[in-house]
Amino acid sequence: MGDATVIASSWRLVEVGRVVLFTRGQYEGKLAAIVEIIDHRRVLVDAPSDASLPRHSAALKDLTLTHLVIPKLPRAAGTGVLRKLWEAEGVEKNWNGSAWAQSRAKAQRRRELTDFERFKVLRARKQQRFEVRKAFAKVRSSAKA
Amino acid sequence: MAPKQRTPKVSRNPDLIRGVGKFSRSKMYHKRGLWAIKAKNGGVFPRHDAQPKAPSPAEKPPKFYPADDVKKPLVNKRKHKPTKLRASITPGTVLIILAGRFKGKRVVFLKQLSSGLLLVTGPFKINGVPLRRVNQSYMIATSTKVDISGVNVDKFDDKYFAKEAQKKKKKGEGEFFEAEKEEKNVLPQEKKDDQKTVDTPLIKFIEGVADLKAYLAARFSLKSGMKPHELKF
Repeated sequence: MGDATVIASSWRLVEVGRVVLFTRGQYEGKLAAIVEIIDHRRVLVDAPSDASLPRHSAALKDLTLTHLVIPKLPRAAGTGVLRKLWEAEGVEKNWNGSAWAQSRAKAQRRRELTDFERFKVLRARKQQRFEVRKAFAKVRSSAKA
Repeated sequence: MAPKQRTPKVSRNPDLIRGVGKFSRSKMYHKRGLWAIKAKNGGVFPRHDAQPKAPSPAEKPPKFYPADDVKKPLVNKRKHKPTKLRASITPGTVLIILAGRFKGKRVVFLKQLSSGLLLVTGPFKINGVPLRRVNQSYMIATSTKVDISGVNVDKFDDKYFAKEAQKKKKKGEGEFFEAEKEEKNVLPQEKKDDQKTVDTPLIKFIEGVADLKAYLAARFSLKSGMKPHELKF
């Protein structure tokens, strides 16, 4: 028998205080926190900073778990309590700083580009590529010599 | 503006029941005062004289009657509704042509002609599209606008673009081969000048906006992963 080391899993758990992101449905793209777990498919969510997202029971298949958790959120906490902790944790700020949120924002911006703006992006990327290759060629030729 | 006050029409001959008036025909004749109009006119109602008919060319009576009854086509008095211009297309809008020789070209919209077709220009110097009429169903409207306030498009109508009537020539045997050579479709100088006068202020504006000239010169095409129904133009 060999030694077995037991390590706690580092999965994201469906837990009270977990910050979740809606990925489909009416509230797609909005951030909320789990306040109470109803069953293995539904949770009660609340978003104190977003008035357009009411406190309601949401299906877990419409959500993804983010890496953010509000620690020590009491079970079934009211909106006021949640707001206080939400702000103290700086959930919004942490989320907006994450690479996930930034890539989402970028994709969103790209989707909204008009035809002319897409053309400008295309040109800018061409110029960028040209500069990079120029610099690279310079380095390569000096390295050979 | 306040809505006009409408007074309801009151009949001089109120209905007793539907279709039966209170007064008889002769009573109404007096009530309406038609007798006064007649009296003034010497016993008849005033009326317009019929317009003298244009003399039609004398037709020869047919030599024999047709053997079969020929049905006359029914008179069709329907009129086409004028074409509605899409809301996204306003004068100066950059449009993408989707069909024909210039497909993919980005052009500037000038105005809608009475036939419903859209008058567009390249400008010719930038992308080779001349002043041209295109149906709006072969267009994508973009949100980019060009200032066309300096352009006068009054002289362009559908007649301007009509084909010139072919002159029928009688050819002798000998000229048959030579005649074909000299015929060559040359754009008249006048149309070239029109193109220039329209394009000059446009080009001036376009050169003032960064990247716009290159944008108009480039053709539009779908690249992999571009879903046209999800794109914003």
